[in-house]
Amino acid sequence: MSAWTGHGVPVAVVDYGAGNIVSITGALATVGADVRLAARPAALVGAVMIVVPGVGASRPAMRHLHRVGLDTAIREAVSDGVTLLGVCLGMQLLFERSEEDGAEGLGFLRGNVEPVPEAPLLPHIGWNRLRLATETTHPLMAGIVDGTAAYFLHSYAAVPADPGMVLATTQHGGTFASAVAQGRLLGVQFHPERSGPDGLRVLGNAVGFAAAAARD
Amino acid sequence: MLLRRVIPCLDVADGRVVKGTKFVDLQDQGDPAELAARYAAEGADEIVFLDITAAPERRGTLLEVVRRTATRSFVPLTVGGGVRSEAEMKGVLRAGADKVAVNTSAVLEPSLIKRCARRFGRQCVVVAIDAKRWPGHRGRWEVLVRGGRDRTGLDVVLWAQRAAQMGAGEILLTSIDADGTNRGFDLELLRTVSRAVEIPVVASGGAGGPADFDSAVVDGGADAVLAAGIFHRREYSIGDVKAAMAAAGLPVRIVPSPA
Repeated sequence: MSAWTGHGVPVAVVDYGAGNIVSITGALATVGADVRLAARPAALVGAVMIVVPGVGASRPAMRHLHRVGLDTAIREAVSDGVTLLGVCLGMQLLFERSEEDGAEGLGFLRGNVEPVPEAPLLPHIGWNRLRLATETTHPLMAGIVDGTAAYFLHSYAAVPADPGMVLATTQHGGTFASAVAQGRLLGVQFHPERSGPDGLRVLGNAVGFAAAAARD
Repeated sequence: MLLRRVIPCLDVADGRVVKGTKFVDLQDQGDPAELAARYAAEGADEIVFLDITAAPERRGTLLEVVRRTATRSFVPLTVGGGVRSEAEMKGVLRAGADKVAVNTSAVLEPSLIKRCARRFGRQCVVVAIDAKRWPGHRGRWEVLVRGGRDRTGLDVVLWAQRAAQMGAGEILLTSIDADGTNRGFDLELLRTVSRAVEIPVVASGGAGGPADFDSAVVDGGADAVLAAGIFHRREYSIGDVKAAMAAAGLPVRIVPSPA
């Protein structure tokens, strides 16, 4: 665990101990975050945003978080008003339950995780368009125009119980929620760290949102 | 609907870009991470590094290049060349690659595809196939390995189907006949393979101009189009190619050029 450098907005990236987190940490640093990897609860202290990146399947991810106590630490941070950004699998973990392997998620948002409906081919891999919800003025999507392309890599997607939290949808056969927000909980099903300049903008928006929320 | 991808390919040896063209000296743009960043800014939908480092003990250099690239080029990165085992694939993925391409090693040991797909997910496993028209076998192509040096007696279509069945997430299909000619892709090869498999096929070898990208998709059925020389020589930018594809009605991601 590295210390905060004091330069930029303190953001903790949850390290599951598996997979590629090089790109998400690099992308966050590019948009002004002071990034720290969090493999243990103590590393979350001082963060104004916690990022749960997208790696692997729900059950092993939740099991890992639970084993090291990060699930409880994330809950406490969220109840203290820290912003939480879930990316891909990380967004799915914000919800109650995944059909993928029956795993319970963190349960911050109401709804479950199901296979992308009517998909011609899964996994859904590649660049696809974000369709903004008509009334979206949420700061997470500031500067993102309707039809912007983002990079996806997943087979499952969250089905929010309350459609009011959906900021953007994407169509691959059927339509699924590709960005959500409720209070200080943010989720994107795409990979902003792999979505070029527009992805960096979304990450920058999240960092700005978290910093502003921390000042309230 | 998935957008069609345009992918620049960089040949890397000992951590430097080594060719991409026979005509222009690229020494002044020899850093792969830098060139990748330029292409990403121009709108590349993915970057492919093909490592042609001869000596495996110098692989550390490649991993360092992957790491540097992944922290500054925020588009998917595919790395291929000489990966022979799950452990090597893991190393490349952990360094920041999103996909790993296997070629000769998969032909010699097809179970590598299955093992890697099971362990890392099939989206990480690209099977690269070098195809050459097969003399005496009309409308068929033979798989070549070891950088096109060795024949295998394998039929390209059958091998592509087998690779897909073993867990390949994508086929990177290079026509040896068309490669370097700038006369366009081998559309018959593309059409034949893309009809034979359900997974995405990336067209490679022969791009000479924007119209070739359009035909690779429309006439060849390719999901993505890869090129090296025309981008390295700056004959066309990624943006030029995408503008032409968009004008032809293809769904592509347009990145506004930086002011």
